[in-house]
Amino acid sequence: MNAPARIRAIFRREFGAYFASPLAGIFLVIYLFMSGIFMFQLGGFYERGQADLRPFFQGQPWLDLFLVPALSMRLWAEDRRTGTVELLLTLPFSVWDLVLGKFLAAWAFACVALALTAPLWITVGWLGNPDHGAIFVGYVACALLAGCFLAVGAFLSAFTKNQVIAFVLCGVASFLLLVTGFPVVLDFVSGWLPRVAVEAISSMSAMTHFESMMRGVLDARDVLYFASVTAAFLFLNGVVVEWKKAE
Amino acid sequence: MKDLIVARGLRKSFGAFEAVRGIDLVVPAGQVLGFLGPNGAGKSTTMRMLTGFLEPTAGTVVLDGIALADEPIAAKRTFGYLPEGAPAYGDMRVEEFLLFVARARGYGRDEAHARVDAAIARLHLGPYRKQLVETLSKGYKRRTGLAQAILHDPPILVLDEPTDGLDPNQKHEVRELIRHLGGDRAVVLSTHILEEVEAVCTRAVIINEGRVVFDGTPRELDAKVPADVARNRLDHVFRMLTTSDTSGSNTRAGAAGGAR
Repeated sequence: MNAPARIRAIFRREFGAYFASPLAGIFLVIYLFMSGIFMFQLGGFYERGQADLRPFFQGQPWLDLFLVPALSMRLWAEDRRTGTVELLLTLPFSVWDLVLGKFLAAWAFACVALALTAPLWITVGWLGNPDHGAIFVGYVACALLAGCFLAVGAFLSAFTKNQVIAFVLCGVASFLLLVTGFPVVLDFVSGWLPRVAVEAISSMSAMTHFESMMRGVLDARDVLYFASVTAAFLFLNGVVVEWKKAE
Repeated sequence: MKDLIVARGLRKSFGAFEAVRGIDLVVPAGQVLGFLGPNGAGKSTTMRMLTGFLEPTAGTVVLDGIALADEPIAAKRTFGYLPEGAPAYGDMRVEEFLLFVARARGYGRDEAHARVDAAIARLHLGPYRKQLVETLSKGYKRRTGLAQAILHDPPILVLDEPTDGLDPNQKHEVRELIRHLGGDRAVVLSTHILEEVEAVCTRAVIINEGRVVFDGTPRELDAKVPADVARNRLDHVFRMLTTSDTSGSNTRAGAAGGAR
């Protein structure tokens, strides 16, 4: 059997697992509710009088901080706690089949949640004349950001048998990945670091890349950033699974 | 008979602790090997190396002619494995879980369903096929684990403590199953229950502190019992071979291993 078929087998198991518990329902309700809050309440949609999804997109990184760890925490911690990791790694899977299958399942779930916000897009399309291309790029940015956080979360989940620890670690790591691009952090380090270093820190931040895409600018560098951070953490994920499996 | 499992010079260290210190194991088709030893002797570690879950620190494993280190995915198709405690996804129904394993083993839709139906019938899981794995009794959970292991009709079966934690009736049932599943396969099952070896195995290997201390037939193991020990005969031999205060146990084992 080839790798895509093996990845599909683990994908189906993991994607189904979200719906086997109330997690999927709770997640979707909270996510959609909070997305609405960001869009219409916190984002001042009515006051701004602009037909776009800026307020919704601006809220996404903060929602992801809490919701992505809820998706990623069980990916490996649960298998390690129940011992099914031994079953998985003695079935004809390679560790990379498992890493990719699990990640893609979690990411697909996050993308389903994102797709369910389509009524917001339809609403602004009905109310005004938005730049649909820009909104599409914004959605791509949201999917890439969630994928990036998920890869970080999957990696951290492989370290522990405790899902709560995996949740907290993922939240903290994602937060750090975001805030390195914030003026308050950059101002702080710019006092004593050379300009090149400050720019390097800024370009490491998911927020910097997310914001440029959120404005509707599709820049290959931003896509490359998310793709490479995600790939790097998935690679580390595989390494940690191999390293920690016997414990 | 073809040698289906060929393990040479297996060693495994965890940091400074050497759990397995040089084990050779050759299991031909048709043999049911009982792998015995006290807790912590290295049984599970050895089985985990046989099944590719752990990489040996030294040594090689060849399964049905395929080197595990060179072609891990092909080698993993040659065996069914019941890990210790029969781990399974509790949030899946028995049928779903077995279908997942069938898909993981590369069967298409129809073939996967046929395989799952056959395994369910073989292990008498019919009434439980729609039940969540986490709600099964220990005995049925173990059966689900066995069903998962035989699904693809593998030439090799590796079963880590298949009867551990079961009540006497369930133990009896699982032993009967293993006897029936044996056939032309090479079966390795670990246990620390000696009567199990007498009941189902054609060969017994006792390990202690990561080394083989006995290798022979259950009858030969029985023959080691001094005449004055009438009850719990095998337990006596087991203690004799695996406790350090019994001097000379290793030399006896060496002789037994060489004689095989």
